[in-house]
Amino acid sequence: MTKRVGRQTVAFSKPIVIRAAASTVGKKEGEGPLGKYFDEIAEDSMMGEDSWEKAESCFVAENMALVLKKAGLSHEDIQYVLCGDLLNQCIGTTFGVKDLHIPFLGLFGACSTMGEAMSVGAMLIDGGFAEYILGGASSHFCAAEKQFRFPLPLGIQRPQSATRTVTGDGAVVLAKEGEGPQITMVTTGKIIDMGITDAQNMGAAMAPAAVDLLLAHFKETGRTPQDYDVIATGDLGYVGHQLVVELMEKEGYDMSENYTDCGILIFDRETQDTHSGGSGCACSAVTFCGYFYPKLCSGEINRMLFIPTGALLSADSAVLGLTIPAVAHGVVIESGKGSCK
Amino acid sequence: MRTDEQAQKKYAAMVEKASPKSPMAKNCLMAFLSGGFICAFGQFLQDSYLSFGIEYENALLLVSISLILISAVLTAAGIYSKLGKYCGAGTEVPITGFANSVVSPAIEYRNAGLIMGMGAKMFVIAGPVIVYGTLTSVVVGICYYFLGR
Repeated sequence: MTKRVGRQTVAFSKPIVIRAAASTVGKKEGEGPLGKYFDEIAEDSMMGEDSWEKAESCFVAENMALVLKKAGLSHEDIQYVLCGDLLNQCIGTTFGVKDLHIPFLGLFGACSTMGEAMSVGAMLIDGGFAEYILGGASSHFCAAEKQFRFPLPLGIQRPQSATRTVTGDGAVVLAKEGEGPQITMVTTGKIIDMGITDAQNMGAAMAPAAVDLLLAHFKETGRTPQDYDVIATGDLGYVGHQLVVELMEKEGYDMSENYTDCGILIFDRETQDTHSGGSGCACSAVTFCGYFYPKLCSGEINRMLFIPTGALLSADSAVLGLTIPAVAHGVVIESGKGSCK
Repeated sequence: MRTDEQAQKKYAAMVEKASPKSPMAKNCLMAFLSGGFICAFGQFLQDSYLSFGIEYENALLLVSISLILISAVLTAAGIYSKLGKYCGAGTEVPITGFANSVVSPAIEYRNAGLIMGMGAKMFVIAGPVIVYGTLTSVVVGICYYFLGR
């Protein structure tokens, strides 16, 4: 039986189980509307280190240890660790996982990395190449500002369309069998570039990639938005969310009821001054691991389409005036209705 | 290719409509008030220095030094970025903004060492202002030499 459902979508011969999920976030994320859902909230965003980059690696290392503990596994049980982040050459990840001594496959999908990790991890397991896989993504507000924008102490005004990078790490343990929510399908996104050059409006740059993925997913699976309890994009924020709703309406799909965005959920824009919402690899990763995962476990959500979105720019491409290509990765997750760790 | 361009143009219009605008009137008013306050404060300093019997040219120099010192301290204390959020161009355009733009990267990159970090990065934001400021002064100087006399 072929596992390919269409050009971009695959269905697994046997659902892949998400055995455990863990989230570690920064102080601001902990003060947000989802604060009570996260496993760990770090009071010190420096994590006792002397640089933002090292601090991000600390988030990764601590959260990876936590998710292994929650899954009741040791690092020796895991065949591959798949993760990535936003810093140049993914140093947030590499310094965070180097001491785990697990075969490492580094990923870069910008803020879509969590979707990429879950997709590739599920495929590796379904292909029979692994029993357990560790997948995750991280970002750090201060490290990202330093790399992509301006030094933090600079007194400047941010535009209303800008989003705030989420500080934290989200990680899952994927397994061949056992209890827990299940990944049943994956739709892999193409790179979509609609000519947006404004790096302070990432939601607008990424929305077309999310729409392209949604259209491909619905066309190839024959499903509609109403087949899902929740459809959640990664970090489009208020601007990108609205654009997705409008673009999908033009294509004849009603997204008004069950569609949300992790970037909208994670911060309260009125009290936290976060403008268009949250962004960064950790935005979708921690929102999934902290907020959606338990709801999938309990059956409150039966079936969700999780679509982390990534803007594939670099600090160099931005100053060269290049456009911002984007990608989205769709993962279909169904409730395990069993016990969850 | 043409349809791509059309689609991009159409999308750009959608984005324009969906993206909230910065509150221009409020930003302008805050910039006017805060920038005006800094200038008035500079004038107050100048008058004070003059009243202490300091020579006019030295008093002017002391005003600049004082404003730079104050904004450097406020930047290091993490206050300047908060002021900048509300005051915008008001705190960015005067000499205080220049000081802020030099001190900020110096703080941000201090953990990369005195040479490759602080020394190399200190002028990443202020550098262009110095380069083109100097260049402009040369051009104006040449114009003045031939036409201004």
